[in-house]
Amino acid sequence: MTWLQNNTDKVVDLLLSHLWLSALPIVLGFVIALPIGWYANRHRRIRGVLLSAAGVLYTVPSLAFFLILPSIIGTGFLSPANVVVALTIYAVAIMVRSATDAFASVSPAVLDAATATGFAAAGRAFRVELPLAGPVLVAGLRVVAVSTVSLVSVGALIGVNNLGSLFTEGYRTDNDAEILTGVIGIVILALVFDGLIVLVGRLLMPWATASRTTGTSLRGLARARR
Amino acid sequence: MSVVSDTIDWFSDSTHWSGDDGVPHRLVQHLGYTSLTIAIAAAVAIPIGLWIGHTGRLRGLAVVSSGALRALPTLGVLTYASLYTGIGIKAAIFTLVLLAIPPLLAGAYAGLESVDRQTIDAARSIGMTEWQILTKVEVPLALPLIVGGFRSSTLQVVATATVAAYIPGPGGLGRYLIDGLALRDYPQVVAGSVVVIVLALVLDGIFVLLQRLALRNRPAPVRSTV
Amino acid sequence: MIEYRSIGKTFADGTEAVGDFSLVLPSRTTTVFVGSSGCGKTTLLRMVNRMIEPSRGQVLIDDVDIATRNKVELRRSIGYVMQHSGLLPHRKVIDNVATVLRLNGVDKSEARDRSYAVLETVGLDASLATKYPSQLSGGQQQRVGVARGLVSDPNILLMDEPFGAVDPIVREELQAELLRLQRELDKTIVFVTHDIDEAFLLGDQVVILKKGGEVAQVGSPAEILATPADDFVRSFVGLDKGHRKLHVEDRDGSRIVVDATGKAAGVLTE
Repeated sequence: MTWLQNNTDKVVDLLLSHLWLSALPIVLGFVIALPIGWYANRHRRIRGVLLSAAGVLYTVPSLAFFLILPSIIGTGFLSPANVVVALTIYAVAIMVRSATDAFASVSPAVLDAATATGFAAAGRAFRVELPLAGPVLVAGLRVVAVSTVSLVSVGALIGVNNLGSLFTEGYRTDNDAEILTGVIGIVILALVFDGLIVLVGRLLMPWATASRTTGTSLRGLARARR
Repeated sequence: MSVVSDTIDWFSDSTHWSGDDGVPHRLVQHLGYTSLTIAIAAAVAIPIGLWIGHTGRLRGLAVVSSGALRALPTLGVLTYASLYTGIGIKAAIFTLVLLAIPPLLAGAYAGLESVDRQTIDAARSIGMTEWQILTKVEVPLALPLIVGGFRSSTLQVVATATVAAYIPGPGGLGRYLIDGLALRDYPQVVAGSVVVIVLALVLDGIFVLLQRLALRNRPAPVRSTV
Repeated sequence: MIEYRSIGKTFADGTEAVGDFSLVLPSRTTTVFVGSSGCGKTTLLRMVNRMIEPSRGQVLIDDVDIATRNKVELRRSIGYVMQHSGLLPHRKVIDNVATVLRLNGVDKSEARDRSYAVLETVGLDASLATKYPSQLSGGQQQRVGVARGLVSDPNILLMDEPFGAVDPIVREELQAELLRLQRELDKTIVFVTHDIDEAFLLGDQVVILKKGGEVAQVGSPAEILATPADDFVRSFVGLDKGHRKLHVEDRDGSRIVVDATGKAAGVLTE
């Protein structure tokens, strides 16, 4: 605790850059993966190719990714952009699979009914398919968020400053309090992202919780009364 | 692309293929502590996962603690542990075991949960003991998802073991990345990364085959795993 | 009036769902397509709002070929009720009903008012309006489905086995409700079912279909029972079995209607 009290400014700085380095890939990954997953769900052949490609990308070790990227996209070897780009690619790799599953989870009968009711193609995609895919999308995004926040710390090995820098520095100076501060900070940050996603999900999709709790019990009641 | 030709040069240098620093030796080391990690993690996670899946108890706790374990930054745990264990393999194995547990645990309990309740009910009604239900009905039917758990945890350990080379002691393929980074010897970094990626792909291929094998004699579709 | 002119449908995989089908469905009546699975009855129904396009022939509504009309607008002008209600699970009951109106450009408050009114018409309590579909019983969901089909006051209502998934008691309630609604509203209803009793109960015109949309017989329930066209129809409506052959017996001074198996079916009253 005394270490933290003496180094609050430094830790806050590192926390803020950690926040940025994780938020960017999480948001970018989600936004990029969404249309890909939607498209992949409708085209069987492309889905297979895309999902295997995503699987391959995910087997690349993060450290290797940070180190190889500069020679592919021409960034500097120690640039934070490597971390953001690499983690965005990871996020896309995880999220494409979730998004495909999410759109596949939407009942075809409901989509059929929406078409019959007179939804045009775009209206159906945005106002029926997307919201109904929501719960599975949220589940995928939670995995992406937690793993991204944790992986950012590896960036410290290539000199990109974030809470992971407390690990390398603490290790060099034999300072366990410093390392522990980093670990706890990262876990808290991951929990905050996770909680935020859950909260936004609940606000946007009140029906998802309604059907799981009251819905089943009400239906059970109705059946029992009959 | 001089990095590409430099990397090819690195691979064609025969000194990189023999001795303690050679690819074969590092590869065997890497596989060695990956296997050790998975063995320890499985010894912990599989019995607990099967128990949770069979009894349906403590599932919430398992989900929450798996999530918390996933949020732990590997590099932080590694450096922290190494301050207590000293240099050597112990800290690395401890860290990797923590990383390997959540997918194994989830594969085991989700696998058991995916087994049709009616099938289990039928098994109980013909007079099977709880142990027989577990070993003769639930585990065989859950096998694809259990293997899926081994697949994701093995791939994560193979990838993350590279980071473990940050502390001296464990060798493995991560040495190429960490040492290359320290020496600014980028061809070595890229070459090491390539070997890790190829190893991951080969292992992934083996697991795909194992999962097919586990699925044999089974027409029922299986839900995708974590 | 809906008219099928030499309609045929061959699906992409080569299955011929309908061979050559022609029929006129008079306005303000209920026409029921009845047959076993694979007879093409749902295919025929779904051609009316262009959910399925015919491979050959034309479908006309009030003498206009619907192929010339915009698909989406056509669907918005026709009510559609399906087996599993097809309600949007992420919208409250009231919003599900109002959807069609909103798609047709009706403003929000008017759409709500009209939706509440139509929920009342189909016998649903206003307190259910703010629930999600999953919080309703199967019968209630089906009523919401009917309300959604009726809300924009379409001339045509398509019903694809709408009561197929609810239990027998609720089904009877819903059938009675539909008959009452039809007396009040006078729609042109196209109804699909595999249950001949439901077809006879609801249909002004009953179309019995064989495989591939081939018409076995068209007529009113009474006509079909009085003069079944062939053995297929006789067996399909159950005339070859005992329960449709009724006669009167005197028992303890009451005149009891009894079927050929000896089961009492009712009392004769003059």
